[in-house]
Amino acid sequence: MTVPAGAYLVLSAALFTLGTVGVLVRRTALVLFMSIELMLNAVNLAFVTLARVHGNLDGQLAAFFVLVVAAVEVVVGLSILVHIFRTRDTVDVDEVDLLRG
Amino acid sequence: MGTWAVPWIVALPLAGAVVNGLWGGRLGRRGVSLVACLAVLGAFLLSAALTRDLVASPGAEARTVRLFEWIAVGDFRIPAALLWDRLAALLALVVTGVGFLIHVYSVGYMAEDPDYSRYFTYLNLFVASMLVLVLGANLLVLFVGWELVGLCSYLLIGFWFERPAAAAAGRKAFVVNRIGDAAFVLGILSTWSLLGTLDFREMARLLGDGGGGLRGHPGLVASALLLFAGAAGKSAQLPLYVWLPDAMEGPTPVSALIHAATMVTAGVFLVGRLWPLFEAAGPVLPWVVAPVGAATALFAATVAVAQYDLKRVLAYSTISQLGYMFLALGVGSGTAAFFHLTTHAFFKALLFLAAGSVMHALHGQIDLRHLGGLWKSMPLTFLGFVVGAASLSGIPPLSGFWSKEEILHAAQGSVGLWLVALATSFVTAYYATRAAVLAFLGDPRSPGRPHDPPPAMALPLAGLVVLSAVGGFLGAKWLGAPFHAFLQPALNGHEVSPPDLAAVALAVAAAAAGVAVGWRAHRGRREPDLGPVRRALEAQWGFEALYEAAVVRPGRGLAHLLSEAVDLRGVDRAASALAEAVVRAGSAIRTWQTGNVRQYAAGLLAGAVVLFAYWVLR
Amino acid sequence: MEVLLFAVSAVLSLAGGLGVVAARQPVHSALSLLVVLGALAILYLTLAAEFLAVLQVIVYAGAIVVLFLFVIMLLHARTPESRPSPVGAQAAVAVPLGLALWVGLSSAVLQLPAPVPRVPDGFGSTEAVGRELFGTFLLPFEVASLLLVVGIVAAVVLGSSPSSYDRRGREP
Repeated sequence: MTVPAGAYLVLSAALFTLGTVGVLVRRTALVLFMSIELMLNAVNLAFVTLARVHGNLDGQLAAFFVLVVAAVEVVVGLSILVHIFRTRDTVDVDEVDLLRG
Repeated sequence: MGTWAVPWIVALPLAGAVVNGLWGGRLGRRGVSLVACLAVLGAFLLSAALTRDLVASPGAEARTVRLFEWIAVGDFRIPAALLWDRLAALLALVVTGVGFLIHVYSVGYMAEDPDYSRYFTYLNLFVASMLVLVLGANLLVLFVGWELVGLCSYLLIGFWFERPAAAAAGRKAFVVNRIGDAAFVLGILSTWSLLGTLDFREMARLLGDGGGGLRGHPGLVASALLLFAGAAGKSAQLPLYVWLPDAMEGPTPVSALIHAATMVTAGVFLVGRLWPLFEAAGPVLPWVVAPVGAATALFAATVAVAQYDLKRVLAYSTISQLGYMFLALGVGSGTAAFFHLTTHAFFKALLFLAAGSVMHALHGQIDLRHLGGLWKSMPLTFLGFVVGAASLSGIPPLSGFWSKEEILHAAQGSVGLWLVALATSFVTAYYATRAAVLAFLGDPRSPGRPHDPPPAMALPLAGLVVLSAVGGFLGAKWLGAPFHAFLQPALNGHEVSPPDLAAVALAVAAAAAGVAVGWRAHRGRREPDLGPVRRALEAQWGFEALYEAAVVRPGRGLAHLLSEAVDLRGVDRAASALAEAVVRAGSAIRTWQTGNVRQYAAGLLAGAVVLFAYWVLR
Repeated sequence: MEVLLFAVSAVLSLAGGLGVVAARQPVHSALSLLVVLGALAILYLTLAAEFLAVLQVIVYAGAIVVLFLFVIMLLHARTPESRPSPVGAQAAVAVPLGLALWVGLSSAVLQLPAPVPRVPDGFGSTEAVGRELFGTFLLPFEVASLLLVVGIVAAVVLGSSPSSYDRRGREP
């Protein structure tokens, strides 16, 4: 493994940060979701890297489960999204503030 | 009959109370009466049988029945145990015997009362509690009984609690008793720390024969004083007597049982139980107990002269007679004290039951100024009252004569005490005669057609007449004085020396003089003018006022202060201020809830960064 | 060779990530996501995680992104968002925070000692992963399948036509 593990991990951190900023800055719900997926993938990268570093498959299994859960999450989340925005006819997250105290 | 029967003496009335308390409504009046009366009768029969055993086998004296290990903390071990000896047997017989008669009487007296089952529950509970007190094998078990009878007294005095006077009287009794009880507890602690035991037989062993090495020990004196203070509270001696006259607010059978025959004698019993302790406590008996008893006797007798409420006359009379008993204990004659306790139970209960008959017939009228002429319409009651009054005055050959005479005889050692006792005898005869004349003689002064009570009430009355009349012969020397023979081994008292005729004659003369003066003064139902003396007597020589100023008013002031200043303004305000602060903080934090998802996410991120920074920089 | 592969994939993934976050049209974001996923798949290959790389392509790129595209089409989400001031304010907060996060994560991550052993053959192969999955991770596996069932049911329920629900959202 000629590329140091640190490089992979820094890349993972960068992608994670990008995703976070995306969550905070974008108002379109869909893009928000995609940013979250970006974050999840960044974490997966970290997992796989560390699995390789320690020679233990546990990291890859973790990434596997993250994948599964992400899939389910996307399905359910998008369904809810579709519902909300069908009734309200807007895709802007800031408009959904019924929980305002 | 083995010792197994001893706990049943207590258990039977207790079971009666439980049954009547829980299922009284369903049992109906007859059921409740049966349960209550049979319970007490059963206890009496058991006591009688066990007493017979006690007398029959002179070797087997006191027997302790251990029930269970009650307290076991390090060195401090107190078993729940009962002691059956001669003293306990005597009291058990008196309590259950007179108690039974009063239970039967109550069936008639309380027949119209809606709270019938509650009454009998409390009454049974009282008998059970008194038996615990009497049969306790150590000071703590006795104290449990002590407190329980205090509770029952409160419950029964305030039985008709919707009447404010009754409720207040119950409270007063409880609170004044508390003062005595506080001293009692301190006395228990003092005794324990000095002797290391609270068991009576143990104490007798340690202090037997005049106290062993501890005679006159200051710790012993302190214990004796404290315990006597407790006794004074329960037995209404100066200055803790104020609750007893007010206690007459309760039903009359209650007054007869609790405040004449049994509970008030608990103090006397306590001193008897702790006889070895008191004997060894140096000056306490002759210099504290006897003078207090004598002073109380005279004081109460004089106050009784000015009372218009017949029951209050009897209440003060009880206080006075209790003073006699303490006087007897003070001069060292335990047998005289307990003999008087027994005869007093007879004739005082008789007097109260007779008064109750009058009240029952005249719908609650008990003011001497409105009574009269009842000798014709209520002959049996009249007879009962006369016998009781005569016995109280010490007219031979009734029972009161024998016991009072013995006390006078025992007091001969101290001239001062003897004179006080004699004077009290005179005043006693006076007020007794006054009460009898005003209540029963002359012409009727109240409306209605009074008549003698129904059998339920009349039979116990008759029974007590007999007991009051002939009970005294138990102490007659020429009959072998069976009473004293019975009690002597338990009390280690003085030998009953033959009375000297002159003293006896003097005593009888004093009583007769009292009767005569009373008769002349009140014949024709006049009330002689005593002027300022009367006013002093009515004010109880200033005692009530003293209490009001020294205790009641400061107490009320303190309570008011605490309730207004401390509670209302202090605590309440602090609590509302706290609540307000919480609400305000909540409203402030509410502004964070914008409902904006991204804002929440930003907050999360900020927090995460902070935590992360902390972890990294650590 | 490995270094080149890493460099290219890294650049691609960063570019794609930026595209996801910054694109005006949602469709462009979705396609950028696709690029990121592909780049990551390549990286997995270099890390001896062959099975996962394949899974990444099939599940993530092939199913999830497709789902996104479907939903975009469904919602006609073509309208670009306007850029009123709240967005700018958020960016002002988010970017510095993000930078702080990246620096923090990186410094933490670089502290890890990184032994680089030789991995056995077949390290990330299907067989190896499968063995772990049905061995040590059996319970999580079953739970995950349960989760998938839940997701399917949720999708069906939520996806049914609005006429079977009261307009107010209550149960029929």
